[in-house]
Amino acid sequence: MTGGHALILAGPAAETTRLLTFWVLAIASVTAALGMVLARRAVHCALLLAVVMLSLAVFYAMEGAPFLAFVQVIVYTGAVLMLFLFVLMIVGITAADAIIETIRGQWLWAFIGLVASLALLILTIGHAVLPSPSGKASAQFGNANVTSLAHLIFTKYVYPFEITSALLITAAVGAMVLAHRERLKPKPTQREMAAARIAGGHPAPLPGPGTYAQHNAVDMPALLPDGSQSELSVSPVLTGGGRAEGRPELGGTPPDGPPGLTRGTDPAAGQEAGEQ
Amino acid sequence: MVSPAHFIFLSVLLFVIGAVGVLVRRNAIVIFMCVELMLNAANLAFVTFARMHGGLDGQVIAFFVMVVAAAEVVVGLAILTSIFRARRSASVDDANLMKN
Repeated sequence: MTGGHALILAGPAAETTRLLTFWVLAIASVTAALGMVLARRAVHCALLLAVVMLSLAVFYAMEGAPFLAFVQVIVYTGAVLMLFLFVLMIVGITAADAIIETIRGQWLWAFIGLVASLALLILTIGHAVLPSPSGKASAQFGNANVTSLAHLIFTKYVYPFEITSALLITAAVGAMVLAHRERLKPKPTQREMAAARIAGGHPAPLPGPGTYAQHNAVDMPALLPDGSQSELSVSPVLTGGGRAEGRPELGGTPPDGPPGLTRGTDPAAGQEAGEQ
Repeated sequence: MVSPAHFIFLSVLLFVIGAVGVLVRRNAIVIFMCVELMLNAANLAFVTFARMHGGLDGQVIAFFVMVVAAAEVVVGLAILTSIFRARRSASVDDANLMKN
């Protein structure tokens, strides 16, 4: 029952592979972690965090924890990071951190704290005697990992496990309560929406976006018969003038007018090309 | 060979980087990510200790840490979205209504 896991990971060649894997992934994960602290945009931070988490999954597999390696990939990279990305979409993907220091000497003191805690921890651990795991390799770090973990969770750790379920359901209900939004006005009926549309002075559907020889994206404004651009043809969400639900743009000033003007393209030239 | 000390030192490094990120960043979502990084570093230490002592208790603890971290992220991000809905900002410096 020692399993193929222990057999495969024996021998000098396997040791070299392990060493190589460790150093490559260690450098990658530390670099990604540093990049996460230094990256301005939150999306870049999330992606760099994914690199760290996947490297850690490989480390778990190397350390004889195949179950935790898969849980790491599924729960962290799959669920937690997706949650982060969803919230980033809600909050605004362009939201970048401000550079200015609001607390004086924040970076300096953080750096001093970094060096101090690093020295403290490394000196402490360097003085500790860390026994080598050789000779203790057994099936519970290989093929029997899942069954051994299950045995442990449902016997010795059964109460923490049950309390965990209560924690999870509380967290789920709490998240729903926090994210819930009360409807302040009654939902408009179809009749009311039709009346508002007639009263709005524009009963017909809005014009579609412009189609040119080189651009046919939905953010290109359509041209009116007199050659001017129709602002109604581009959704205000795309121009940055108004986000979904009419919230203001977060990062930077919204560009003025239809994006055809800001993209450095001349729609009139595009129209000429389209007429050929 | 790859000794447990390698993993422990790597875990220390990641933990300290995460702690510095919590200190210096101002976007609340990024601060959350740095907290996740610290939890992951602690997990790596737990798994390494489990290997070192030849028992699975460390792995069970790491598993529980993952569960608690997932619950924490869910509630934290829900709080963040509700704050953002009210204040239109995800910066921790802007949440200062209770300041004198």
